[in-house]
Amino acid sequence: MDDDAVFKALADPTRRHLLDRLFEQDGRTLGDLEGGLEMTRFGVMKHLRVLEDAGLVVTRRAGREKHHFLNPVPIRELHDRWIDKYTERRVTALLDLKAELEETA
Amino acid sequence: MTTTPLETAQTTQVYQLFIKASPERVWEAITSSELTQRYFHGAVFEGAPVVGRQWRSWTADRSQLLTDGEILEVEPPRRFVHGWRALYDEETALEAESRVTWELEPQEGGYTKLTVIHDRLEASPKTAAGVAGGWMFILSSLKTLVETGEPIIDFSKGESE
Repeated sequence: MDDDAVFKALADPTRRHLLDRLFEQDGRTLGDLEGGLEMTRFGVMKHLRVLEDAGLVVTRRAGREKHHFLNPVPIRELHDRWIDKYTERRVTALLDLKAELEETA
Repeated sequence: MTTTPLETAQTTQVYQLFIKASPERVWEAITSSELTQRYFHGAVFEGAPVVGRQWRSWTADRSQLLTDGEILEVEPPRRFVHGWRALYDEETALEAESRVTWELEPQEGGYTKLTVIHDRLEASPKTAAGVAGGWMFILSSLKTLVETGEPIIDFSKGESE
């Protein structure tokens, strides 16, 4: 998975909004996703394309309709690679502190 | 890992990942019980996949049936579709059979795009909620096993963590 493409895709409020919409209800069509946005159909398509290229959205055809699904795998990988690594030690330290404070309280 | 609350579990779940291996290798990892045992929470899938038969998985000692479902399509090494009932949990065992589709697409450069679609979950909300985090771990571990020869946690050696 290409980290750059995922970060770039996430670095835009419209695209994050689209992901949130899919998180609420997966499998939406373009028409449905277009609904909540003040943007042309072409604009929404372009954003969806960036999300798809980054692997964050997977499309499936059902007859004439194209459905958009959130693919949670790249976000999970990004989390494991970039978040866990930096938060683990600090969180452990805070938990230790909490335990210590609670003991002495 | 946090569990997904019931109300956000989707009735069609799609997972897609790239694996640095041929579709044949990935197919083997999905269908060979020797390999599933190492990444699929220790589950041993019974026999070779044949349309019309059941795709059943058991604990390593065969004492407990974990999952079953009718085999619907078998097209090695590209497509495998089977039913899914989660029998390892009393509540999910009562729900309707859902469906799991595995799609393997060879990519230029010798790797594989694996797409897993778990759908027909409308009548099985507890199963939907249960598998949402489960697939992520299973698929990550499958990828790690195929690419490195070792899964994230080797269930066939007993859980060490």
